[in-house]
Amino acid sequence: MTLPASSTACAGNNGLDHWSIRELGQQLAKRELTSREIIESSLTAISSRDSRIGAFLHVDGDRALAAAQASDERRAAGQALGPLDGITISIKDAICEVGQPATCGSRMLKGYISPYSATAIERLLAAGAIPLGRANLDEFAMGSSSENSAYQLTHNPWDLDRTPGGSSSGSAASVAARMVPGSLGSDTGGSIRQPASLCGVVGLKPTYGRVSRYGLVAFASSLEQIGPFSLDVYGAAALLQAMAGHDPHDATSVNEPVDDYLSKLDEPLKDLRIGLPQEYFGEGLDSEVRRIVEQAIEVYRSQGATLVPIELPHSKYSVATYYIVAPSEASSNLARFDGIHYGYRSPEFTDLESLYANSRGEAFGPEVKRRIMLGTYALSAGYADKYYVKALQIRRLIRQDFDDAFQKCDLIAGPVTPTPAFKLGELVDDPLAMYLSDIYTIAANLAGIPAISVPAGWTASGLPVGLQLQSPVFTEAKLLRAARMLEITSPWIGRLPPTLS
Amino acid sequence: MNQTSPQSATLPPEEVAKIARLARLKLSSDELTLYSRQIGQILDFMNVLREVDTSGIEPMVSAVPCENIFREDIVIESLPRKTVLANAPRTDGKFFLVPNILG
Repeated sequence: MTLPASSTACAGNNGLDHWSIRELGQQLAKRELTSREIIESSLTAISSRDSRIGAFLHVDGDRALAAAQASDERRAAGQALGPLDGITISIKDAICEVGQPATCGSRMLKGYISPYSATAIERLLAAGAIPLGRANLDEFAMGSSSENSAYQLTHNPWDLDRTPGGSSSGSAASVAARMVPGSLGSDTGGSIRQPASLCGVVGLKPTYGRVSRYGLVAFASSLEQIGPFSLDVYGAAALLQAMAGHDPHDATSVNEPVDDYLSKLDEPLKDLRIGLPQEYFGEGLDSEVRRIVEQAIEVYRSQGATLVPIELPHSKYSVATYYIVAPSEASSNLARFDGIHYGYRSPEFTDLESLYANSRGEAFGPEVKRRIMLGTYALSAGYADKYYVKALQIRRLIRQDFDDAFQKCDLIAGPVTPTPAFKLGELVDDPLAMYLSDIYTIAANLAGIPAISVPAGWTASGLPVGLQLQSPVFTEAKLLRAARMLEITSPWIGRLPPTLS
Repeated sequence: MNQTSPQSATLPPEEVAKIARLARLKLSSDELTLYSRQIGQILDFMNVLREVDTSGIEPMVSAVPCENIFREDIVIESLPRKTVLANAPRTDGKFFLVPNILG
């Protein structure tokens, strides 16, 4: 396969930074490119662009260059490790890597250095991938816009006045701005898919339990998964391939065989039945988003897919359910930040309790406090049945809706977000309106099913819009092949954000 | 997009203060006022769940089957003390240091 004309045509200097993980891997395999050149190209892109984008909190170029040298030596010796060997990625700053910072976008963890690595990182390193830097996020992955980061705003490369989405804001923006070809994020209620959609890149939330959460700083343990961002579907598949599988360090990681996500990726699925939930196309959906999503669905129909109307009757309860379950888990998980074992300690305290309360009150930002408060309330005596238990019961009904729907269809298609990227500042004072921007993504986390956002088109004003595909548990191979069917008919890799020129 | 409910349900500030105490969060009086309004609105929004009949539905704690996982009772390597203490705000090199707990 030769490079698409669009890639080379856009080439500045050497243009490497516009290439996808598949293209880079092919060039590496042909020895027409070295890993060192990839890292150097990324470092150049970061130094020329990131002052405007704000995707990175920390970049470790020297370490990446050393890893690149090792990768190039392996390849020269005929011992390349696979499709990711020598390829660089950014890492959401909530996924631990030994010796690297992990601020979680919070003042609480300013200066924290991880004492161990996440299993997902260990596996990517073993596959030869090279982490280049730490990507900005909403504090403790709570947010949808980057505005909850204690450190900086991240700007959408397609329009700098707009949000890249969140909480994996820097991950999505670093890929969209062609500073790295891939990234790791985490998705608790849409935190990979929503920014992927708003930034025009591929983002995958795997099945709950498919990728180990060991080393991901915990926010809502029963909902979140680590997952990949990439310019291309192939890159997402390759990153998932490297990370997926059982890990004894995460008791919720599932001991199921890992499918081969790559070998049949380019083969279109036959006899595909695509479910269209009426609830995803109702009130509140922006008309341009609807048009772009419907055009993408038409692409599948023209390739022989059958479109099946389905119902997800409890989907209207998913936001309320999620914003009880997730804050409840957060209030418990974030109890570990006590000003004693790690993180911020207030200089002012009189006893142990005031040390806890002052440290936490001073170091957590408004949204984190709001969710800890909400979760503490939902779990407190007298309210747990009314809120927490009730939400968990409705969670089961939401899962049952999917199980019923997947009797009639192989995949569910719909929008990722109700609108294209909103302006930074637009929703920041209205937490409930911000929560509602997650309306189409949250149910997959509650149900535990995999879901992907794949670029589907652009609005008239040039903002990207993604298509969301959801499928039954452990069917990522099918999900990725389906995403590839759309990608292959509309190669968007050549379309570059205006901020790059 | 749906609009936030216009009626301003609030959670009484003394209730907010009680939750803050339970959560070990020091809040300013401005924060108490803000959260009183915002958490009230959010809880108001949650009331939509009341219309769902959930009698007899088993709560879904996890998306995967939850069962106890056992392993052999053997000693495995853990992080060195120095590494564990490295991120702590105050230590004496051996222990985490905290304020006096007993008078």
